[in-house]
This record gives sequence, C-alpha cells and structure tokens, in this order.
Amino acid sequence: MLTLTCPYCGNAAEETELAPGGEAHLKRFGPGSSDEQFEDYLFARKNPKGVHFERWRHAYGCGKWFLAARDTVTLEVFGTYKAQTPNPTPEIVAAVQAKRPNWTPDWTSTPATTTSAESLTE
Amino acid sequence: MAEALAKITELKDLGMVQIRADLVRAGDAIAAATGLAMPAANATVTDGARTLCWMSPDELLLVLPKAEAREATQALADALSTEHALVLDVSDMRAAFAIEGARAAQALAKLCPADIAAMPADGIRRTRAAQVACGIWRRGEGFVLIGFRSVGDYIGGLLRGAARPGTELDPR
Repeated sequence: MLTLTCPYCGNAAEETELAPGGEAHLKRFGPGSSDEQFEDYLFARKNPKGVHFERWRHAYGCGKWFLAARDTVTLEVFGTYKAQTPNPTPEIVAAVQAKRPNWTPDWTSTPATTTSAESLTE
Repeated sequence: MAEALAKITELKDLGMVQIRADLVRAGDAIAAATGLAMPAANATVTDGARTLCWMSPDELLLVLPKAEAREATQALADALSTEHALVLDVSDMRAAFAIEGARAAQALAKLCPADIAAMPADGIRRTRAAQVACGIWRRGEGFVLIGFRSVGDYIGGLLRGAARPGTELDPR
C-alpha cells in the first residue's frame, strides 16, 4: 500500500484516496515544435526501475495535484512536493541521495525552490 | 439484542455555502462576513450555530441552519465582490448525516481510509466513505458526515450497515 502526504493539506493519504497522473516534470511541446519533440512529449515515458518522479492528485481530499518521489521497486517514498516546481527540490534530491548514494539527477537546469513559485498556487 | 454502534440521523436542515478564494488575501473579509475566525488548515471554527470548515488551501465551507444560507451567501458575495472569488449556496447538493454514539468512530473506521478516531476536536477530514467522497468533522460526542445528495441514499445505507448491532471492532 502506498501512503503519500499531500503537501497542500498535510494529510497522509492512502493510495485509494489518490488519483495517479503519470510522470512528473514533462515539458510541453506544442505548436512550432518538431515532430520528434511532439512525439516524445506525447508518448516517451521513463518507466525506470528505481527512483521515479510522479504526479498524483489528492482526489478524495483537498483535490490538489502534487508531485511525489518514490522508488518503483521498493515502493519507498522519498518525499512529496508541490506541483508548481519545475524540477525536484534540493530537499527531495538530498532525501533520495541519502537512501540511494549512486543516484544522480538527470536534469540540468537549476532546481527552483517552491517558494518562488508559491504565487502560482492560488 | 445488541446495541447499534451509532445512531445515524440524516440532517435535513443543514445549509452549506461554498467559498473559494485566496484565503490569505480574503481572510479578513470572510471572517467579518461570517462572524467566525478563519480556521487553520484541516480545522473548523464554530460558534454553535455556524461552523466554518477548511476544505482545501483555497476553499472553505460555511455550515449553518438552512434558513440562513441565502442571506449568508449574499453577505459573503458582497464582502468578496472585489476579490477573485466564488460564493455558492450548495445546501441542496449535499446530504449530511449525524453519527452519534460511543462507537461512532468505529462505524467510520469501517468506511474511510483515514484515522478518524485520532482527529482533533476541531478537525475536519475530507476522505472517502466506501466508494464516494465525503467530509467528516466532530460535533459533540459524535460526527457529522457530508456527501453529495445524488449518493445520499447510498451513504445512508453504508452508515446504517457499518453501525449494525453486533459488529463492533472491540476485541472480544
């Protein structure tokens, strides 16, 4: 059983209270993008065996979308964070690396903190 | 004959006003219009007749006697006229039940994937009851559970089934 703590209402929500939303941090490629980019955006998903970042919605609770870092093999949850976050926060990266020392982030841009995106939440 | 776990009563006279707004910006206006303090996250504030419930970071629910709902909706709409906000009288789309009795929490424990027994006295929890969404807060010794009216009969049946005599969860 998966239990995720919703970062908006703070409640620990059990799996059946949540709705899954697939891979997190997808960048949209719309009009003006190449066919390859658009195909990747629509269909290419990571499906890793190990650390994965996902979208979830607290559907039966506060109704907000949030992001979660977890291990797809052990179902261990490293943390949850707000959806207005372009990349996993430094705290999440630290929590993952504490448990998986060999894991390194696969994104390049500097992780933004949730505080700077806070104004988007309302 | 064993006793039922809890007494289930449908509350027909409960009015509800949904408020969606930026609660930080509009907090003072809402508090003034409702006559209640702003509730903290996952909490309710009550003066006996009216209860203001925290539903999500941008949503509140004002629970009050049904006769006052229309007036309160208008007062809130006026108070929030300068905000990007929604005030809606949702009394008719909700079904509400009182669950009262010493083992009321046990009846809810059978239906909800949340620790309702550990909820503080002024707490509110939105979760599901079997297959449908619901909200639960404490009232006196028992609880109030709200859900959608379209599934009101289902919720009533669920609660009565969960509270059936002889089905308590205490170790025997």
